Amino acid sequence: MSQETLQTLTWLIPAGPLLVFFLIVLFTKHNRTLSWVLAWAGVIGALVLSWTIAFNMFGTYLSHDISHPEELLEHPVQVASSIDWLPIGDFANGTWLKMGVAVDPFTAVMLFMVPFAVFMIFIYSVGYHNYGKPPGTERGTPNHGKEEPMFSRFFALMSLFAGAMLLLVVSDNLLMLFIGWEIMGFCSYSLIGFWYARDYQLVPGAIPHISPRRAAIKAFMTTRVADVVMLLGIVYFYSVFGTLNFSQALSAGSLEHAAMEIGVGMLGVMALLIFAGTVGKSAQWPLHVWLPDAMEGPTPVSATIHAAAMVSAGVYLIVRIFPLIAVAIEGNPGVSWVIAGIGAFTALMAATIAMAQNDVKGVLAYSTISQLGFMVAAVGIGAYVAAAFHLITHAFFKALLFLASGSVIHGMEHGAEHVHDHHTDPQDMRYMGGLRHKMPITFWTFLIGGMSLSGLPLITAGFWSKDEIFADAWYLWSHDTNATGLFVFVMLAVAAFLTAFYTMRQISLTFLGKPRTPLAEHAHESNGFMTVPLVLLSVLAAIAGFVGIPDNFLGTEGVFVNMYHHFVGATIEEPIAELYDLHLVGHKIETLPWSWTPLATSVVVALGGLLVGYLIYGRKPLTKEQDDPLIRPLGPLHGFFQNKWYWDELYQVVFIRPVVYFSEVIVFEVMDKGIIDGILHLVARTFYAIGRGAKATEEAVFGRAVDWVKDQFLAMTKEVRQLQTGKVQEYVLVSGLIAAALAFMIIFLINFGWSEQIMSWFQ
Amino acid sequence: MIPLSWYLLVAALLFCIGLYGVVARRNAVAILMSVELMLNAVNINLVAFWRYGSVLNPDSAPIGWAWAIFVLTVAAAEAAVGLALIISIYRRRDSVIAEELDLLKN
Repeated sequence: MSQETLQTLTWLIPAGPLLVFFLIVLFTKHNRTLSWVLAWAGVIGALVLSWTIAFNMFGTYLSHDISHPEELLEHPVQVASSIDWLPIGDFANGTWLKMGVAVDPFTAVMLFMVPFAVFMIFIYSVGYHNYGKPPGTERGTPNHGKEEPMFSRFFALMSLFAGAMLLLVVSDNLLMLFIGWEIMGFCSYSLIGFWYARDYQLVPGAIPHISPRRAAIKAFMTTRVADVVMLLGIVYFYSVFGTLNFSQALSAGSLEHAAMEIGVGMLGVMALLIFAGTVGKSAQWPLHVWLPDAMEGPTPVSATIHAAAMVSAGVYLIVRIFPLIAVAIEGNPGVSWVIAGIGAFTALMAATIAMAQNDVKGVLAYSTISQLGFMVAAVGIGAYVAAAFHLITHAFFKALLFLASGSVIHGMEHGAEHVHDHHTDPQDMRYMGGLRHKMPITFWTFLIGGMSLSGLPLITAGFWSKDEIFADAWYLWSHDTNATGLFVFVMLAVAAFLTAFYTMRQISLTFLGKPRTPLAEHAHESNGFMTVPLVLLSVLAAIAGFVGIPDNFLGTEGVFVNMYHHFVGATIEEPIAELYDLHLVGHKIETLPWSWTPLATSVVVALGGLLVGYLIYGRKPLTKEQDDPLIRPLGPLHGFFQNKWYWDELYQVVFIRPVVYFSEVIVFEVMDKGIIDGILHLVARTFYAIGRGAKATEEAVFGRAVDWVKDQFLAMTKEVRQLQTGKVQEYVLVSGLIAAALAFMIIFLINFGWSEQIMSWFQ
Repeated sequence: MIPLSWYLLVAALLFCIGLYGVVARRNAVAILMSVELMLNAVNINLVAFWRYGSVLNPDSAPIGWAWAIFVLTVAAAEAAVGLALIISIYRRRDSVIAEELDLLKN
C-alpha cells in the first residue's frame, strides 16, 4: 500500500469509536439495538484498520531477515504524518504544537492487541447486560436478569474509552498521548461509577465493598495526583527537547545534546516525573489503592480498564519513552532502583494481598497490580522488550480472566434470582464451588487464562513473557553484577510463585468441589455473547507467547528465533546502539545469551505454586462452613494481607483526615466563620450603633414629615415590587431584550450618520 | 480561506442557542451549560478575529487566542463555582429548577 493510504488509515483508527460515541449520545440513545450495533461497527472498523496497518508491518518484517530486519532497523517509524495544531511562543517562525500519528513496530503490536481485546469485550458486554431480556427499570443499579436500562450509555462510554486508547497508541507525541490518557481517565470515572445508585450494607464477615460512586471518585482523584506530576514532566520534556515528538526527542543526537545541556541527573528527574503518571495509571504502589475498588464497575469495564486500555497505557508510556529512561538509568542508578524497586515491591505486595482475597474479582484486581509491577520492574532494569512482551500477553489472559469471572458472577446472580437470595454476595468465592460442571466453557477458558497467568511452562503465553523478564534480570546480575538485577529477580520469583498459588486457589475455590451454597447449585452457563469471546481470547492466551521463544532456547542453535524481540526491539535498536557507543546507556537491545537459571526458576516457581495451591485447596476442596485453610498457618499475617496491608486505612489517617480537618476547621471555621464573618459582623454592629443614634435623632427631629414621605414610597413600592419576581431567567430575558434594543438603536443611529455624535459621547 | 463572516455566523448561532438555553431551560445545570455555550461563542469570535487579523498583519501579537484561553480558564472556574452553588442549593432546597429558586421574590 502506498504511504499516503497508510497514513490516512492510521489517522482513521481512533476516529470510528470516537464518532460512535457522539452518534450514540446524540441520536441513538433510545434505541438499544442500534446503539450496540453502532458500537460494534465502530470497533470493528478500528480493528480492520489497525490490523491492516499491523499486518502490513509484520509483512515488512517477515520479508526481511527475521533476526536482523534492516529495513525496520533503519526506519522503525514506517508510517508518520502530522499537522500543525496550536501556535505557541515564537509561532511566526513556525513553532507549533503538532498533532500526529506514527506507527513503529511497538505500535504495531499494540494495534494488534488493543482493538481485538476491546472487540471481544464489546461482544461480551451485549450478553453481560442481558440484551433481549425484559428491560430493567432501575437506573444506576444492576438489574439482575433484566436488560440494563442504561445500555446505550454504556456502549457510548465504552466506545469513547476504546477511541481514546487507540488515539494514545497511534499518537506520535506526548501531548496527544496525554489527551487520550485524560479521556480514558474520564471514561473510567464514569464507567466505574456506572451503577451510581448502588449501595452496600456492611455485613460482618462479608467482603467490604465501597459504593461505585465512591470508587469512581477515588479512582479519578488518585490518578489525578499522578497526572499533575506527569504534566510537569511533559512540560519539562518540552522545555528541554523543544518538541514532544517521540522519535525526534528520543533520537540519539537529541538525547546526547540534552545530556550535555542539563546533565543525565536532570534527565533522571524528568524520567521520574513522567514515570509518576505510570504509577497512577498503572496502579503501582503507592498509588495502587484505586484499582481494587475500580472493580465496582460492571465486569466488562474491569476487563477494559485492567487489560486492553487504562493500565496498559501506563506501561505503554514508559516503554514508549524508554530511551530517556535508559539514559537516566545508566547515568544514575538511583533511577533504576526507584523504578525497578516500585515495580518489584508492587508485584510482591499485590501478590500477597491477592492470596487472601475472597472476592473473585478482587483476586484478579490485585493480580493485575502485581503483573503490572512485573512490567514496571522490567523497564526499571532496562528490559525493554520483556516489558513490551508481558504487556501484550498479560492483556490477553487478563481480559480473558476478567470476562470469565464476570461470567461466573453472572451465573451466580442467576442462582441468586432462582432461590430468591439477595443477601449472599455472588462475588464471594467462599459461596461458590463446584461450578466446573455448571459452567464448563467458563471453567475451561478460566483454566487456560489462569494457567497463562501462573506461567505454566511451554504451553501458555504468560510463561514466555515472564521468562523473558527473569532472563533479563538474571543477566543483569550474572553479567554486570548489578544488584538491582538480583533484587528484581528474587522479588519477582517470589511474586511469581505466589501468583501461581493464588491462581490455583481461585480456580479450586470457584470451580472444584461441591457447590457450597444454593446460589452455586443453581448457577448456569452464560449465553453465547459471553462465551464466544472467552473461547477466542483463550486461544490467544495460550498461543500468543510462541512468537517470543528465546533465541537458542535450551541451548539449541538456530532452531528458535525470538521474532517478538527482533521485531519490537527494532523500534529503538538503532538509537540505543548509538547511545551505547557514546556510553550513555549500559545495554544494547539485543537478545541474551542462553542461560538455564532463569528458565529453571520460572518453571520451578510456576509449577511449585500450582502444586502447593492444589495440595491446599484442590485436593480436598473446601466444604460448607469450613474456614480458609490459609488462616491458621499465616496467623495475623492473613488478616494483614486480607486487609490489603491497611494502605487505605493509612491513607485515611495520613492524607484524607488532615485534608478534611484543614477544610472543615481551618478554612470553614477559622477563616470563613471567624475572620471573614467576623469583619462583616463588626461592620454590621458599628452601623447598627450609628443607626440607633440616628433613630433617636430622627424620632425627635423629623418625626412625621418623614413618615408622610415614607407612606408615599410604600404605596409606590407596592406597585413596583410586582416586577420583582425573583426568577433569574426573567431578569435575563428582560436585560437581554434591553441589550438587543440598545444594539438595534445604536446600529440604526450609525446608519443615519449619527456615528460622530455617538462617538463623541464616549470620549 | 473560509470567509470571516461564516465564523461570526456560527458564533452568533452558538450564542443564541446558549441564550435560549439560559432563558428557557428549567434545570440550573442546563443553564450553566448554556452559559458555557455563550462563552465559547465569544471564544470563536476572538480566535476568528485574531486569525484574520494575523493574515493582514503577520507580526500581530497572539492576543486573540490568548484571550480565548483566559476565557476558557475563567469558564472552568465559573463552572466549578456554579456547580458547587447548585449542589449546595440542591442540598438545602431539594431542587435545581431555576423557577423554584425565587428567594428574592418581592
